[in-house]
Amino acid sequence: MISSRRNSLSQWNADQRLAPLLALLAAGAALILLLVVGFLIHEAWPVLNAGGWQRFFADDNWYPLEGRFGLLSMVWATFAAAFGAVLLAVPLGLAGAIFQCFYAPPAIAKLYRSVLALLAGIPSVVYGLWGLTVLVPLVAHWQPLGTSLLSAILILALMILPTVTLTSATALGAVPKSLLNGAAALGLTQKGTILGVTVPAARNGILSGILLATVRALGETMAVLMVAGNVVQNPTSLFEPVRVLTANIALEMAYATGTHRAGLFASGLLLTSLVLLLAWLAARVTDNLRHV
Amino acid sequence: MKISAWCKPMIAVFGVLSFVVVAHAADRLMLTGSSTIAPLALEIGKRFEQQNPGVQVDVQSGGSSRGVADARSGLADIGEVSRALNPDEHDLVAHTIAMDGVGLILHSNNPVKSLSDDQIRAIYIGRITNWKEVGGKDARITVVNKAEGRSTLELFLQHFKLKNSQIKAQAVIGENQQGIKTVAGNPGAIGYVSIGSAEFEEKQGTPIKLLPMNGVAATVENVRAGRFPLSRPLNLVTKGVPPALAKRFIDFARSRRVNDLIEAQFFVPVER
Repeated sequence: MISSRRNSLSQWNADQRLAPLLALLAAGAALILLLVVGFLIHEAWPVLNAGGWQRFFADDNWYPLEGRFGLLSMVWATFAAAFGAVLLAVPLGLAGAIFQCFYAPPAIAKLYRSVLALLAGIPSVVYGLWGLTVLVPLVAHWQPLGTSLLSAILILALMILPTVTLTSATALGAVPKSLLNGAAALGLTQKGTILGVTVPAARNGILSGILLATVRALGETMAVLMVAGNVVQNPTSLFEPVRVLTANIALEMAYATGTHRAGLFASGLLLTSLVLLLAWLAARVTDNLRHV
Repeated sequence: MKISAWCKPMIAVFGVLSFVVVAHAADRLMLTGSSTIAPLALEIGKRFEQQNPGVQVDVQSGGSSRGVADARSGLADIGEVSRALNPDEHDLVAHTIAMDGVGLILHSNNPVKSLSDDQIRAIYIGRITNWKEVGGKDARITVVNKAEGRSTLELFLQHFKLKNSQIKAQAVIGENQQGIKTVAGNPGAIGYVSIGSAEFEEKQGTPIKLLPMNGVAATVENVRAGRFPLSRPLNLVTKGVPPALAKRFIDFARSRRVNDLIEAQFFVPVER
């Protein structure tokens, strides 16, 4: 058993000094989250306090300079874009991960892996630029306008695909050999082994990967800002422009003052709570699955 | 890691210096007013502080009306007002430091040569939705609007006497660059951006064109001369003749030494 208690054989007491230092550093990281949330609340306070938070849900639209603070259509747009992207990326990513783990020759699997890692590392503004100059005109060819919910979903799906694939592949690779050997001993086909044994056994890892991807899709700013059109309206059609919460903050923060600024901080607070809620839900889901 | 090696002491020295400056700031200048001018005044103020040790320049925003009121009441040494002074404000003196001009841009393949103010207004409120109706091809118009809080939007709304909620846009953009890229990528789009940035991009070969307004070409030259309709002066205003320090700051803000700062924010310097 490894104990962090003082080791009588050591003459340096390194553990004794290291432990508080590490605790301090760990607390620092946690404290920063609290500070961020506190700061958001502080900056959003004028608008939360004065007009009341109901305004964000009661007002019909977002015209902060005319005193209208409706956030709801942007919340729906954020959800629509993120979940649309997850819906596209999860089957593709899972298929890619299964291919890489079970069907691809080792050389190709390695190449595929490094390509995906590279894809994951491309800065989002580059995705945005590519989306604006290539994807949007392509969509516009098919359905005029181009800057739309569909473009946002497509670009987000592309951005989270590597996350889904890489985490799924890791989860699939971590399934114990004994399970696979058992499946082989039972005479299962490879398809049966993958669908019946490996994927269910790796579901926690896959789910947490999907969660990570969803959070990234919810929080992505630059790329969506450049392709989504940013008109504040309910996402009623794939081909209409929408504005997501992150884009709203990025678009207006630089020049916002007074209640307008406070309103933007409030939308940041809302976004943070959404992400925290999602993380909590996902933790619950994986917990429950573990006990099945 | 050469940079960080000398960066840290520099930052430390800077920190200490700024403390010293704050502690001994006998000479303070207070500027309040237009949120369009405030970011520019802040940059000019920083350079002024560097060149005049011991002077502190405080910049606040709050709108042109606040600039007028504070300059009048003496709460601020200098007011920032992003418009020409009204006749009932003749007790104040305006010192123009730059011009702000906004031009409408179309894709360069769009055959439309010019639009009247009424046509532009009709397009932006969604009464005209096809280029055919203003002498162009049979194609849907994509209206590109600016995000709330931008000075270009404010100037546009003011000139066309519109409220932002009346505008039926198909795309909303932030930076001028984004607007130019959006219009360049969509042959049916109409947008408006700072003339300085659009003229630069047009010369670089980006497929956009600036529309003339009331027969006046949208050029930086015409904005500087005050001939272009969709433009406004960015003024520093004082009550009567400014005291020595304020006058020094205003002269500095009007000089060529800050032209790079003005152009960096897509405004047009008064002097070349």
